[in-house]
Parts: sequence; C-alpha cells; structure tokens
Amino acid sequence: MAEPFKFPVDLSSIMLFARSLGDIRPEYSDPDSPEAKAIGGVVTPPTFVQSSAHWQPNYPLDLTRPRKDDAPKQREGEGGGSGLGRGLHAEQHYEYHHPIYAGDTLTVTTRPGERWEKQGRRGGKLLFSATITEYRNQDDVLCVTARSIGVQTERAVDQG
Amino acid sequence: MAELKVGDTHEAVMVENITRTHIVKYAGASGDFNPLHHDDEAAKNMAGYPGVFAHGMYSMGLTGRMLTDWLGPTALTNFGVRFTKQVWPGDTLTSRAEVTDVQDGIATIKVVTVNQDGESVVEGEAKAKTD
Repeated sequence: MAEPFKFPVDLSSIMLFARSLGDIRPEYSDPDSPEAKAIGGVVTPPTFVQSSAHWQPNYPLDLTRPRKDDAPKQREGEGGGSGLGRGLHAEQHYEYHHPIYAGDTLTVTTRPGERWEKQGRRGGKLLFSATITEYRNQDDVLCVTARSIGVQTERAVDQG
Repeated sequence: MAELKVGDTHEAVMVENITRTHIVKYAGASGDFNPLHHDDEAAKNMAGYPGVFAHGMYSMGLTGRMLTDWLGPTALTNFGVRFTKQVWPGDTLTSRAEVTDVQDGIATIKVVTVNQDGESVVEGEAKAKTD
C-alpha cells in the first residue's frame, strides 16, 4: 500500500478542472451563486478526484515535475494505466458517498486490487490490475471510492 | 430534478472537433502529463501510435458532464466506464444516457459516448437518486 497523502481541494482547481471539461456551472466555481448556496457550497465534478495526481508523491505520469529525489521508477502492471508507453487505462469506477466541497482537505489512501491476465484479440498478453483509492475529508468521512483498472500490453494497442 | 423512470433518455454533443488545446487543458487540470497525450513524437516513438490522443479520463469526464448537466451535480451515487476506443484530435463526441431500472429511489443509467463515426469510446453505467 502506498503512503496516504493530503489533497487540499481549492476553488481554483475545481474551476479549472470543470472548465477543462467545458463545464461552467456555478456549483463548480461561484460560492456566492444561489445554485451553490442551495447545495451547501461549491462541489466537484464526478471525475474531479483524478486531479489528486498533483498532490500524489511519486506520481508516475509527470516526468518534468521538480523533485527532491529521483523520478519514480516505472512499475509494471500498475492500475490506472500508469505505464507511460504500453500502459492504458481500461476502466474507471466511482462510488459517491458524500459530497466534496471547496475547502475540504482530503486524505487519499490507495491499495492494490485484483490482478488478472487475458489473451489480446490480436495476440499478445494483456495484464490487468486494479487499484482502489479512498478519499476521506477532514472529518474522516469517506467521500469517494475509486476503482481504477489499468492494462499493460505486450505491444502497442490496436488503434482501430 | 425531474423524477426518472425507465426508458428516459438524454443525449448531448459534449465537444466538437477536439484540438490539442482541449487535451492539454485537461492534462493541466488533472495533472496527467503522460507524453502520449501531448507529444506527437513520444506517442509515435514510445508506443507506435500515429500521434497524440486524448486521456480516457477526458472522455469519462465529458460523459460525467452529460450526466450532471441532465441530473444536477449532487445526484450521482455511482459512475463507472470502460474505455473502448481512443479519442483523437478532430473527433466530435456525443454522450447518451438511458434509464434502464429504477428501484428504491435509485435509477440505473446506461451511458455511452460515441465519436463522429458512431463508434463508442466510453461505455458504462451510472446510478443516480431519482428525486
């Protein structure tokens, strides 16, 4: 299991994440809007927790991030398609237990899930692995459980 | 939010003619700087792709926006997808939802996002509170 880390959720990162998906609804940017006030404040889009990557120590998909230590080594078959070349993200699942609000500080805990193999359609083995991530707020309330499934291929994936 | 019933559908064009700028903006917001998504040379040399393609999570995020545009930002209890095809610059994505079951105040919703050729890029399921 990787070390838990803190993920402070601020208004600007919610707005930027929503904007990158073409979403300008006030519940994701304007705490003074009637829409946000009606639901207890600015909340986050359904896939927002992905941006915890910015706070994840040794996050593998940011090779130019300044680091005190050496860049992380690539690990085979990690969930979430973390391999830079051969790895792909196969599936992503979320359970929403409690809203995440702007101003929350989440604690992010990750553990490995199941692993399995499949024969690819065009030959070559496919190695699947799941990663389960829990996001708890400052009151230790579980907000989101994420299950990410990555697949490593022996050669570049069929581009259709 | 209107009450959901089996057979209810929703469909919307989520992005037209995806540019590298769309992809880079998502990379910056999400923190996923895998060069496959912004560096054509890396996409070709590292993995034999013809060039950059969008993050799977960009397609899932757009699919999620279809759901929250329809149902509001606090309705979802579950959302999961499989990534079925890569999304390339120039693609236009349309997301569709259909309510397949309603039980105990929770609607099960089948979701799919397709490209301009009607090929699915994301397929999955969501659950949402019906009122």
